[in-house]
Amino acid sequence: MLKVENLHSGYGRIQALHGIDLEVGQGEIVTLIGANGAGKTTLLMTICGNPRATQGRVLLDGTDITRLPTHKIARLGLAHSPEGRRIFPRMSVLENLQMGAVVADPRHFSDDLDRVLTLFPRLQERLNQRGGTLSGGEQQMLAIGRALMSRPALLLLDEPSLGLAPLVVRHIFDLIAKINAEQKVTVFLVEQNAFHALKLAHRGYVMVNGRIALAGSGAELLANPEIRSHYLEGGVQA
Amino acid sequence: MKAPPIAAALREGLAGALVAAGLALPMLGFRLVDSAQGLSLGTRFDWVLWAALIVGLGRFAMTILRGAWQPSQAPAMGEAKAARLRLMAGWALAGLAITLPFLPFSDRNLVDKATLVLIYVMLGWGLNIVVGLAGLLDLGFVAFYAVGAYSYALLATGLGWSFWLCLPLAGLFAAGFGVALGFPVLRLRGDYLAIVTLGFGEIIRVILQNWQDFTGGPSGISSIPRPTLFGLRFMASAPDGHQTFADYFGLAFSGDHRVIFLYFIILGLALLTNLFTLRIRRLPIGRAWEALREDEIACRSLGLNPTTIKLSAFALGAMFAGFAGSFFATRQGFISPESFSFIESAVILAIVVLGGMGSQIGVVLAALILVGLPEWFRELQQYRMIAFGGAMVLIMLWKPSGLLSSRAPTIRLKGAK
Repeated sequence: MLKVENLHSGYGRIQALHGIDLEVGQGEIVTLIGANGAGKTTLLMTICGNPRATQGRVLLDGTDITRLPTHKIARLGLAHSPEGRRIFPRMSVLENLQMGAVVADPRHFSDDLDRVLTLFPRLQERLNQRGGTLSGGEQQMLAIGRALMSRPALLLLDEPSLGLAPLVVRHIFDLIAKINAEQKVTVFLVEQNAFHALKLAHRGYVMVNGRIALAGSGAELLANPEIRSHYLEGGVQA
Repeated sequence: MKAPPIAAALREGLAGALVAAGLALPMLGFRLVDSAQGLSLGTRFDWVLWAALIVGLGRFAMTILRGAWQPSQAPAMGEAKAARLRLMAGWALAGLAITLPFLPFSDRNLVDKATLVLIYVMLGWGLNIVVGLAGLLDLGFVAFYAVGAYSYALLATGLGWSFWLCLPLAGLFAAGFGVALGFPVLRLRGDYLAIVTLGFGEIIRVILQNWQDFTGGPSGISSIPRPTLFGLRFMASAPDGHQTFADYFGLAFSGDHRVIFLYFIILGLALLTNLFTLRIRRLPIGRAWEALREDEIACRSLGLNPTTIKLSAFALGAMFAGFAGSFFATRQGFISPESFSFIESAVILAIVVLGGMGSQIGVVLAALILVGLPEWFRELQQYRMIAFGGAMVLIMLWKPSGLLSSRAPTIRLKGAK
């Protein structure tokens, strides 16, 4: 479904990605884990066309989307829930969801709304509240719900666990599994919370300094002693 | 919050009084006296004392009252109720505006002032699209006002076209300039955008001032034709082949007719602007403006094209300024670059900000205060600027985020609270 080939990218003169190859198959949950500054967010942003790749290709269902502007990529069935949630704080929850549906057929709006609200009943209660007044976990639900409003085939999630309490993180990850299983949405999940992400994902990649260092199934990576010491048992020094 | 003890309030008051005294000493304390021996320097230290006393007492009272008199953040009533109240206030204001010329206490002077206020209301509503909804800080809005005014003035005096034909053209020209400004500033945001728009406003003014052959330079354009009502003139006697308004309706000629007619034109234009904005806020493009104000990156990742959103906001805001500009030209009968200086942009922006960004009724209230108040106090000569400044300080104390800052959602689901 999504294929990244030898992707190079960066900001100005600073190169952040040095030839990334990875693939996300139809119906999978694939996760990308790595430390702060490894280039995870840059990879997601580059897939979405901002910043633009300096070398390499991004293929979505076989179509080359490397040179497309961001807003056109979003119309190809790829939804991106960016890092830090980025909901619209002064607009109501309903309006936020509405903004998620701008690329979708307006006739589907009420169906899609029902679908998202069934998935996140908390949003139903807060429909006319301003986005900025929600708690962190609710904002994350809103960000994911907003991304789902466009009926995407592929959902890119950038650190949905950022700044959330452990219990809330677990809840969000359960919901991601549910979205993948029930709604047949392929998920590409970028995470620092390696333990939860690897438990959830079918496959995973490990990124170090802008390169893919390791790849394998979620369970394999979870059992890998190197991963355990680097990402799961606290600290690179171990 | 508990009210602080008297001692703290006294300290605050004393500090305020000292600052006021320091500021007032050079500004109020000395004055040039014109006497038979020529100019001499006089003093007015009692004024300094008064200023310090007033500020000190004000500061003291404010600190004491702070517990009871918090700057209001959220509306005290429910959002739905507030929205209903706003709607009612809107209708009441519109009703008052429509009947104003026929009310017993209104005279030519009042209608004339109301016309001026309405020009600024319309400008404020236009800028509200750019600043309040789309969140693009524009410090050169007066440029579009000038483009509209000069478009009409040049077309009418050069080609002899009528006001009603030129009005949409002036709007279009201004919108074109809006897009022309929009393109280079697409990547700019916040302060940087503000600086470029400020420069743009000045460029337009400087061009108008120096392009002698075309714009008339500093001496401006005079004898701009007045608008007609379906060909009826508002004059004492019409040129051959034309009729005057008074003749046609069998009324005695009165200069008031034209003033009232102009008032209704600007009222109509302003109401049109308002209806348009209220309507477009519920359409995808209007929501996209607001979403862009909130978060540009999120907008892109949702499939919105920031380029078209920004350009449309600039173009539409500019178009309304263009309408207001051509009305201004036809009302004054004379325009010159002096009418389009930076201070105009500042006043319009102040109207939008004080009104509470994005609030339509807020703009009306702020325009009444910022434009109407100084006009009202014109009889009081030098005190009008004090009234103006005082009103601004009070608004900032009482409503730091604008007169009407709460924003009503554009959609609600039935059944949801």
